[in-house]
Amino acid sequence: MDCTVVNNVKAAARRGKEVKKVLRKQLKASHTLLKHEGISTASQPTKNLVVANGGLGNGVSREDLSAAMKQFGNVESLFMPPQKPYAFVTYRSEDDARKAHTQLNGQKLQSGENSVTLYLSYVDSEKHKEEVLVHFPEELALVEDFVSPEEEILLLAAVDWSTSNQAQKALKHRRVKHYGFEFRYDNNNVDKDKPLPAGLPEECLPVLHRCLQDGHINFLPDQLTVNQYETGQGIPPHIDTHSAFEDTILSLSLGAKTVMEFRHPDGRVVPVVLPERSLLVMKGESRYLWTHGITPRKFDLVPACETQSADHSEPNLVSHGGLTLSKRGTRTSFTFRKIRHEPCCCAFPSACDSQGGSSPCPPSQPSLPSCHADATRLEEEYVHRVYDAIASHFSSTRHTPWPRVCHFLSALQPGSVLADVGCGNGKYLGVNPQLITVGCDRSSSLVQICAERGFNAFVSDALSVPLRTDSCDACISIAVIHHFSTQERRLAAVRELVRLLKPGGQALIYVWAYEQEYNKQKSKYLKDHNKPQNGEKSKDKPEEGQEPHEEPSVLTTSHLDNNYTGGLKDDSKMTESKLSVHTNRTAFNSQDLLVPWHLKGRKTRGEEEFSSSLHTTNCPDSKLSPSVDTSQVPGGSSVPVFHRYYHVFQQGELEQLCIEVTGVEVQTSYHDQGNWCVILQKE
Amino acid sequence: MKLLTHNMLTSHVKGVTKGYPLLIKATEVKVNEVDFNPKFVCRMIPKLEWSALVQAADQLGHREDLPGELVPDYEKNEDFLRKVHRVLLEVEVIEGCLQCPESGREFPISRGIPNMLLNEDEA
Repeated sequence: MDCTVVNNVKAAARRGKEVKKVLRKQLKASHTLLKHEGISTASQPTKNLVVANGGLGNGVSREDLSAAMKQFGNVESLFMPPQKPYAFVTYRSEDDARKAHTQLNGQKLQSGENSVTLYLSYVDSEKHKEEVLVHFPEELALVEDFVSPEEEILLLAAVDWSTSNQAQKALKHRRVKHYGFEFRYDNNNVDKDKPLPAGLPEECLPVLHRCLQDGHINFLPDQLTVNQYETGQGIPPHIDTHSAFEDTILSLSLGAKTVMEFRHPDGRVVPVVLPERSLLVMKGESRYLWTHGITPRKFDLVPACETQSADHSEPNLVSHGGLTLSKRGTRTSFTFRKIRHEPCCCAFPSACDSQGGSSPCPPSQPSLPSCHADATRLEEEYVHRVYDAIASHFSSTRHTPWPRVCHFLSALQPGSVLADVGCGNGKYLGVNPQLITVGCDRSSSLVQICAERGFNAFVSDALSVPLRTDSCDACISIAVIHHFSTQERRLAAVRELVRLLKPGGQALIYVWAYEQEYNKQKSKYLKDHNKPQNGEKSKDKPEEGQEPHEEPSVLTTSHLDNNYTGGLKDDSKMTESKLSVHTNRTAFNSQDLLVPWHLKGRKTRGEEEFSSSLHTTNCPDSKLSPSVDTSQVPGGSSVPVFHRYYHVFQQGELEQLCIEVTGVEVQTSYHDQGNWCVILQKE
Repeated sequence: MKLLTHNMLTSHVKGVTKGYPLLIKATEVKVNEVDFNPKFVCRMIPKLEWSALVQAADQLGHREDLPGELVPDYEKNEDFLRKVHRVLLEVEVIEGCLQCPESGREFPISRGIPNMLLNEDEA
């Protein structure tokens, strides 16, 4: 037989297989889009394509996608929703779209370090816009150039910052002045029977009348708060107290543009560019349910060359890749509100203080404990319950013992008694088989895993370990003490560890370091930040890092920029006591914080890349734990996110703590991959 | 829970001064074969509270004729080491509880795992 023929036949068969595979994947991608994003694809060619896997959420930059698309014709528009694994492309002609579809479908696109396989489907143009709009806050409107440059000057001049009175406060993050009524930051409300001597400046009246005329409001506001933000200042995410103000809230941006972030309790984050002289109208859901805030930073990412046109009813979106930096200037906002005299009866009781809702600041976050009972409650909810709930997933990411801990264990005399206090899944209990080891952990689910592996382990608290005094040749406490929420309790944990040691015995302690960069070396925890997020990260094998806090899948791209937490209470004392939520794989900006754990759910085999980046796992969160929260996941899907409390240690802090314990000597201390470590010896 | 673990455990209830050894009330005991390593057993013996081990083995009906006092030169006594090996590493309490000898507080053992957590007022 002719070899060439055979080969050709084989090749054709192979090609056929390839084509089928692409078709299958493309179909699957469009199903996924429909199911999870509500985007329905068209069966007939149109000018518009949705490009699955070609989104910012997949780490594809605008430049790279744009270049790829332009090969096939004139691109009329390229729309990349932030944090989404897909993009929309509209060509001038259907022909070009068809060319792109034929040539690009199933092809790999290299963008930076990421390589993704693109799947293209036709969509109906108007439809996709609507679908995307769903992601924007309901009933939010932005009117550009609402005031003229002349009016802007007039309004800015109307605020006299020099006079100091009760109603003018220099808050930590900005200057504030109130007119009509004073907004009190201690109770997030107004004294409705105590109007201020100064009413609204008359310069505002023409603007307000225009608002009435244009139908943005149907009453005149009687309260004005002027905020002045210098470059780098911001305001924490908050909802204006329902019981204090009526529905519509107007906010005029003057002097400079900024980006305001709107957050829905389900986790959606929508950054909205507020150009200078624009009017923001918050009504209904956007006023009552979404929080809004401004992240304190000096630059904003704004769309590169697209200017917002007046007919755009949707706010522009800020996204990660291929955008331009806009330096912030001094922005002054005029927020007009009407005092409410009856209890609020909005349709969002969960966020309504008049209707017994949580508070005006969802999602609520715990504060640093101020007493013993608070501390145990905090740890119970934000440490113990979380580990029990995430035990098996957590354990699956904890398979490689850290080398320097192993080194310590291997150096111990054969036959030494070792206690691992906070042993987790027991990964150190079997490192040196010459040792007599026993482990304990607060989480019975984790201890269960130890037992299944044949290790000696029991459930106990690290502050009260039921082992004989002076019974251990060595103890280890790896990534445990940072979970105690007061200095007292961290000290007690070290003391308890020392109690267990025989005289001359050694303890090795690891805690997470505030300094994730040491000697100009970034810890693995930080370095992993550069790994592709979401989709590409869903490998079959969970990975393990050097740090106690290896996050198996960093789904969060939400910009919880988090010295700030939900709450209008931005007066410094109030904010600082609230624990902030850490953004995984970034530097810490606080020593006490909540670190999200994204519980990995099921994976769709064969289409991981696409489907997992859509966060398709849909676990019922209600049964898991009070500290579970689906709200941190962008896109509003429901991957459960748990928050663990941590106190990250600063350089020298661990040694200081140990020195306070009598009868023990710090032998060595070192920094190991983002952890502070000490070896203690009992005298 | 193996008796090795039991030998190290003590009651940690607040105010208790004589919390060792814990009494064992077992409702399910299992014996699992474990590879015999005479060297390892030899090294373990000096780390043990001998009388507590014998007492615990007795309570479970697995004393294996272990003497009340530790025998001299046990290193060369393979028969003895095998018995210790059995008692320490092969006998396992699956269900039951541990009881503080002073306060009477019971700590449950379930699926082989002692739960030694105290309530807030006990710690």
